[in-house]
Amino acid sequence: MIEVRDLRVSYGGRAVAHVPELDVGAGECVAVVGESGSGKSTTLLALLGLLPDAEVSGHVRVCGVDVLNAPPRRLRELRGSRAALVIQSPQAALAPATRLGVLMRRALRLHGRAATDAVMAGAMRAVLLDPGLLRRYPHEISGGQAQRFAIALALALGAEVVLADEPTSALDVTVQAEVVAVLRRLREERGLALLLVSHDLALVSTIADRVLVMKDGAVVESGPAAAVLAEPAHPYTRELLEALP
Amino acid sequence: MTTGGTTGGATGGTSEGTAEIPPRRTLPRVPDRFAAFGAVLIVLVVLAAILAPWLAPYPPDPRPLETLLPPSGAHWFGTDNVGRDVLSQLLHGARTSLFIAVAVLAVAATVGVALGVVAGYAGGPLRDVIMRATDVFLAFPALLLSLALAVVLSPGVGTVVLAIAVTWWPWYTRLAASVAASISTRSYVDAARCLGVPAPLIVLRHVLPNSLTPVLVQLSLDAGGVILTSAALSYLGLGAQEPTAEWGLMVQQGQTYFTTNWWVVTFPGLAILVTAFAFNVLGEGLRNALDPRRAVR
Amino acid sequence: MARHLARRLGQALLVVAGVVVLTFAVMRLVPGDPAVAYAGPKATPGQLAAARERFGLDDPLPVQLVTYVRGLLAGDWGTSLRTRQPVRDDLYLAFPASLELVGTALVLAILVGVPAGVLAARHRRRLPDLGVRLTSMLAVSVPVFWLALILQLVLAGNLGWLPIAGEYDSSLDTTSPLTLWTNITIVDALITGNWPIFTSTLRHLVLPALVVAAYPAGVVAQMTRAALIEEAGQDHARMERALGFGETAVLTRFALRPSLAPVLSVVALVFAYSIVNGFLVEAVFNWPGLGRYAAESIKARDTPAIAGVTLLVALVYTLANLVVDLLQGVVDPRVRAR
Repeated sequence: MIEVRDLRVSYGGRAVAHVPELDVGAGECVAVVGESGSGKSTTLLALLGLLPDAEVSGHVRVCGVDVLNAPPRRLRELRGSRAALVIQSPQAALAPATRLGVLMRRALRLHGRAATDAVMAGAMRAVLLDPGLLRRYPHEISGGQAQRFAIALALALGAEVVLADEPTSALDVTVQAEVVAVLRRLREERGLALLLVSHDLALVSTIADRVLVMKDGAVVESGPAAAVLAEPAHPYTRELLEALP
Repeated sequence: MTTGGTTGGATGGTSEGTAEIPPRRTLPRVPDRFAAFGAVLIVLVVLAAILAPWLAPYPPDPRPLETLLPPSGAHWFGTDNVGRDVLSQLLHGARTSLFIAVAVLAVAATVGVALGVVAGYAGGPLRDVIMRATDVFLAFPALLLSLALAVVLSPGVGTVVLAIAVTWWPWYTRLAASVAASISTRSYVDAARCLGVPAPLIVLRHVLPNSLTPVLVQLSLDAGGVILTSAALSYLGLGAQEPTAEWGLMVQQGQTYFTTNWWVVTFPGLAILVTAFAFNVLGEGLRNALDPRRAVR
Repeated sequence: MARHLARRLGQALLVVAGVVVLTFAVMRLVPGDPAVAYAGPKATPGQLAAARERFGLDDPLPVQLVTYVRGLLAGDWGTSLRTRQPVRDDLYLAFPASLELVGTALVLAILVGVPAGVLAARHRRRLPDLGVRLTSMLAVSVPVFWLALILQLVLAGNLGWLPIAGEYDSSLDTTSPLTLWTNITIVDALITGNWPIFTSTLRHLVLPALVVAAYPAGVVAQMTRAALIEEAGQDHARMERALGFGETAVLTRFALRPSLAPVLSVVALVFAYSIVNGFLVEAVFNWPGLGRYAAESIKARDTPAIAGVTLLVALVYTLANLVVDLLQGVVDPRVRAR
């Protein structure tokens, strides 16, 4: 589903991220971990071609689409309906003057899907949200609800791949657990490919199959999650693990 | 595998950084040369104003035999209703306009910043009084208060300067007050106060230099508006009087002859337009460069 | 919401008080004998003395101020030296026409300015953007009286497409007289179904409204562009792009509505400027509004009339600002929640 080779991202000549290899298959969950500034969020955005001001090179294939060279129409087709993005600050990520239901309906129509109440309600319930929330504005729902709504959007649009940028960092502990449970369930039930970016190693250990560790834009370690987290090879990974409470 | 990437805006831009540029309908990027263009224009206008007596091809005396001549090789912009060369009048008019603009802004900025700094630094009831005063003055649209004042006093360049300055000072007060207020809460100012440094000294050393940049930006943004306002006042007969050359006055003098002699009105108006445009463009450029918070590119 | 309203109202009232005092002060600035301002420059000594008596010009200034304010509240805004009518009546006749002109101009400005701003934001840093920015810069730099003269000459005089001056064809007053409701000609013509006057007024409105609309259109375009660019850089715009929406959709369907709030406040600022610009345009097109009244009062050094106009416009401006402040809540639901 996701295939990355030698991805390099720079801004004005300054290298920001370099990922030599990254693969995510259907039903798999890969996590990219590191501190802020390590280039992990940039990598995620680059996978959907969402970095207009950067210089991006390399080979990126998402759901069969060559992202870096595709015409804009193919990219717009890909985004949302086959590969969905879930952003870190969920409430800021939703258009402030638009009701949630209106946003969902527009997105569904954009991708030529039936925008029926049944479809929308079904998506909401799949993430354990009350369909009545669709009538609200983004500033009227909580952070956890907004996060789950973003996932609901992905489901409604039939996404096969979910790219999640710090999906739990803006949430408190109880809500975090709910969101993680939803993601895990969706992975098992629908075979979603999940690419997770997080600095929360505890979260990662509960859900990821494989892990990539990034520091200052470079990948310093990668491998099966259990192995990397139990016996980290790189000193930086050890640092991160030691920082856990 | 593709290598390299497109840089900034040098090549025909794409909206997403890609290695190759796939065929698409995106329009090419065009460089933004507005501010530079404005700066060049202003330099030209200032030069024209300074060198007017030497650049002007004809002296500003009325010539009864040469009234209302159309533009020609001898008179590039034609002559006006008393026979003066329009080009020469324009050059002299540049002096008047620039003088008024400089005078107005000097007075408005000095008084305005002084009041604003006092208001922002002193705080309390003094600040409230000053800020309420700015509200009141700002309730009058610019030209209106100037108009009322200019009617009451006798017409002339001095009146125009006073009338417009009275309208313009509140902006500088508000600007300076907000800067002063934010500076006065900073720790090094607190320290200075504790050490017993007298207030005027603090103001001079700390508050004023920090206000400089936003005030400068505001000045450049205002220059265009002042030029337009003074031209309007002169058009209404409240500003410069005969025989002083002034662009707005020239338009007013020319309008009765306008239908058959297009040049007497067109060129003075163009002069106003070009000068105001140049100042506005320069002002926007300065704002983008010096005050990144308010910048829009 | 109610507390916000009360506070703004209080501020506005304070400003109004200050405006009245300032206008009074300006009027008293007349150098020389203020009685001349009331009785006119050609008055005899006897008339001057009578004026002094009548207007209490020998009283101390604070007393004069109080008398002035009392007079204003009672509806006495002075008597015009030129028309010999109460200034209040003159203003009442002239104001609707100015409102008609400025109102039309502002509507035009928004109808042109907002789409221009959207176009510029959509194609930022490319040719359409530069075109819009250049045009809007020119629009805010053009001397309004000059533009009026040029357009009048070219479009009305030479090409004859539009009428040269006036509010409507006055011969229609006899053939198709207008019943007045709001005193705004075009509105009254519309609601009474008086089509001859309606179309005539519309034709006469085009040129002056276009000229007055130039400055606000430029400002609105620039503001829309700036606000849209800011909104399009927010996180939610990135989310919308991630959902597959194209740039145009991101701008018009999601970024535009929250951008309208700053645009609205800019319209209020521009409203006052436009009224005064309108004065210059009215002088050129002989439009029967405040501007023409003011221009003629200026020529006649009619101080009471000028004072009346000044006061009226300042009050209208303060009111407009208040209205816009309150309207912000409607356009942006986040303001309501605060």
